[in-house]
Amino acid sequence: MSETLERPDLKVVGTRPIRPDGADKVTGRAAYGADYNMPGQLVGKVLRSPHAHARIVAIDTRKARAIPGVKAVITGADLPEVASALHQGGEAASNMRDLAMNVMARDKALYEGHAVAAVAAISAAKADEALAAIEVTYEILPHVIEVEDAMRPDAPVLHPHVFTEGLEAKPDKASNIVKRSGFNRGDVAEGFASADVVVEGRYTTQPVHQGYIEPHATVASWGADGQCVVWASSQGQFMVQTYCAKVLGLENSNIRVIPAEIGGGFGGKTTVYLEPLALALSRAGGAPVKMVMTRDEVFRATGPTSGSVMYVKLGAKSDGTIVAADIELKFQAGAYAGSPVAQGCMTALACYDVANFTITGWDVVTNTPKVAAYRAPGAPIAAFAVESAVDELARKLNIDPIAIREKNAVVSGGKAPYGPTYQNIGYVETLAALKASDHYKIPLGPNQGRGMAVGFWFNIGGLSTGAIHVQEDGSVVVATSNPDIGGSRASMAMMAAETLGVPVEKVRPVIPDTASIGFSMLTGGSRTTYATGMAVVQAAERVVADLKRRAAALWDTAVENVEWKDGVATCLDAAKPDARPLPLARLAATAGRTGGPISAEASINAQGAGPGFGAHLCDVEVDPETGQVTVLRYTAAQDVGRAIHPSYVEGQVQGGAAQGVGWALNEEYVFDRDGRMENPGFLDYRVPVASDLPMIDAILVEVPNPRHPYGVKGVGEVPIVPPLAAVANAVRGATGVRIPDLPLSPPRIMAAMEKAQG
Amino acid sequence: MAHVTLNAECAAFTGGATEFDIAADSVGRLVTELDRRFPGLGEFVEQRMSVAIDGEIHQDAWISPIGPDSDVYLIPRIGGG
Repeated sequence: MSETLERPDLKVVGTRPIRPDGADKVTGRAAYGADYNMPGQLVGKVLRSPHAHARIVAIDTRKARAIPGVKAVITGADLPEVASALHQGGEAASNMRDLAMNVMARDKALYEGHAVAAVAAISAAKADEALAAIEVTYEILPHVIEVEDAMRPDAPVLHPHVFTEGLEAKPDKASNIVKRSGFNRGDVAEGFASADVVVEGRYTTQPVHQGYIEPHATVASWGADGQCVVWASSQGQFMVQTYCAKVLGLENSNIRVIPAEIGGGFGGKTTVYLEPLALALSRAGGAPVKMVMTRDEVFRATGPTSGSVMYVKLGAKSDGTIVAADIELKFQAGAYAGSPVAQGCMTALACYDVANFTITGWDVVTNTPKVAAYRAPGAPIAAFAVESAVDELARKLNIDPIAIREKNAVVSGGKAPYGPTYQNIGYVETLAALKASDHYKIPLGPNQGRGMAVGFWFNIGGLSTGAIHVQEDGSVVVATSNPDIGGSRASMAMMAAETLGVPVEKVRPVIPDTASIGFSMLTGGSRTTYATGMAVVQAAERVVADLKRRAAALWDTAVENVEWKDGVATCLDAAKPDARPLPLARLAATAGRTGGPISAEASINAQGAGPGFGAHLCDVEVDPETGQVTVLRYTAAQDVGRAIHPSYVEGQVQGGAAQGVGWALNEEYVFDRDGRMENPGFLDYRVPVASDLPMIDAILVEVPNPRHPYGVKGVGEVPIVPPLAAVANAVRGATGVRIPDLPLSPPRIMAAMEKAQG
Repeated sequence: MAHVTLNAECAAFTGGATEFDIAADSVGRLVTELDRRFPGLGEFVEQRMSVAIDGEIHQDAWISPIGPDSDVYLIPRIGGG
């Protein structure tokens, strides 16, 4: 259970008020993407490639167009060519040509599920009939799924224009290897030569999906005057606006995007799939078009995160000091460039102060869906390999797993492996919290094992807008342009209330559309409570300054004589003994006399986001007869800066840990020999459910970030980084066998145990 | 002068060198100077790099100040989920 910092001066921050979105969600009133409907809307559907890699020779849509009730049929030929150019539309740069080609294939289908045509009709049945009537002539090409297969010189090449970046010699042949990246420090050979102990291993992970409950859904309406409206569930209404504009060659101002309630994103809704198609179909069909993916489509056509192959070699002195590391990461990017391997490289050793290392990453395209962001992209994968290797090192040296991490821990003032100096980090504090937990002291029984692992994520700031509008009765609306995927409405309302000095119940948080508030980068990167929260606080501070000015005007005194406290202006001017205190409601009611409506908007580029660290402890029991793993106990300690609403922060930690446990134990894409996914549903792709997990104990460690007015650090991504290895290390403890391949499914565990027993 | 360390990805523009002392009092001026010395590096940095100044990461922050003794790292841009 959390014990957050005492801050007697804070009345709202750090408390646990009722969540503002709670009633709508539990009563069914919340309007998600699929809940929007327009009069006269058509049903849009997508025809998807049944082949993992195929040239599209011809698409004949004549029969489909002739079906009564079919109002529009589009293919790649109906969409504009988009130039290859990077655009900073989301968080990292995305290639707009790749984005457009992923939305709708042109000359080649690059994975099973790749969109090749789309229809809009008066009913779902008519749309299905139209899809069946479209005749696509494919030339089936050899495909490649596994990352090391795709790296071979004789592998089928997905993109003839891709030549590997980052090599010393410029390649003269196209390759599936898009890029090599990496970092070095010190002399690795010398480091290993000085080591008393060396561990080495090859580790693999499979692609896993974010597993959000709500499928992608949108309604789009193209007006006769070219003004478009899109209702969509996403992690950023401005992201949807920009990406639709780029894919369709429109101006942003002609597209108004109205954000729906979002039923989970976890990074997977930081791009577009349906929205540009719905707009194009609406233009062609002359009516609004609604599109909702099936779960099958979500799995086959939207981005999971990468599968990987990793090699880790660590060298240490007998006292546990890690003196050398040699790490190679190979990540699947899916059909287009852009796996999170660079982030994997940057985070792989981020918890460790190692004098000599080399880390190399390979970004490799494969005939699988283009990967999308998934909480702390790349970091859980790299941490699985590194934390497993550190566990092996601790076992070889007979050192406590927390002690070996303390021995090599990065601290404030030390250099991150990727270069910069760490400031105000709370890593060793999380290790101490885990060591002091009751969990760490509980003895284990037969067939049980305990694993621990640590993790890091950068957290970012960025462009954000927050607005405060004081209503006529003195209640307050706080408006921000970030969809709420993890409790940001609560934290925005609380920070606004704290700054204004009013009860949080007086503050209503809302998320307007793109035409009604200034720009914000999408919700992701653990940035919203930090960056958008900073904008909200600045807007609230402007309102307070304005209120003091208004009170001074009413009292006919200097503004310096006005104190604002607990939502009330008090006159400190000794010459005005009759000046009565002016509460916010009174100032709001008389706003016309003092200059008009009371509101302020702050648009900022927030810098100074502090990185986060987490340390997780997991106990499992492995059934020796079936290989079934039961998670007995799970504790996660994390430096969160300062928790604005501790319950939400604990929820983030618990949710990240739960997803990580699923990644470790069950989740994987299974492809058949033709490159088709065999388990595109939650019966066969098994995410953990409540009955699979114990209560996850979240310990919030608070080392405030001095760059944020309330000390916030991002919290949403760190908790998914350690669990893969924490679970794997626990299974190693329970079985006595190191299984370096995820998921740790019962058949894999049984095979490993049987092999170990000879 | 600020001590500037470039990520290895930038080395293709510099002939392999990754450390420089550069007189620049803002990120924008630093990028301009890098582009003057190594044509094309400016655009590359603009699209793909973040700038860490004395340990604090700045993205798209051309007006962020750089001190005369600042320790500056150019690192790949960071996103998230």
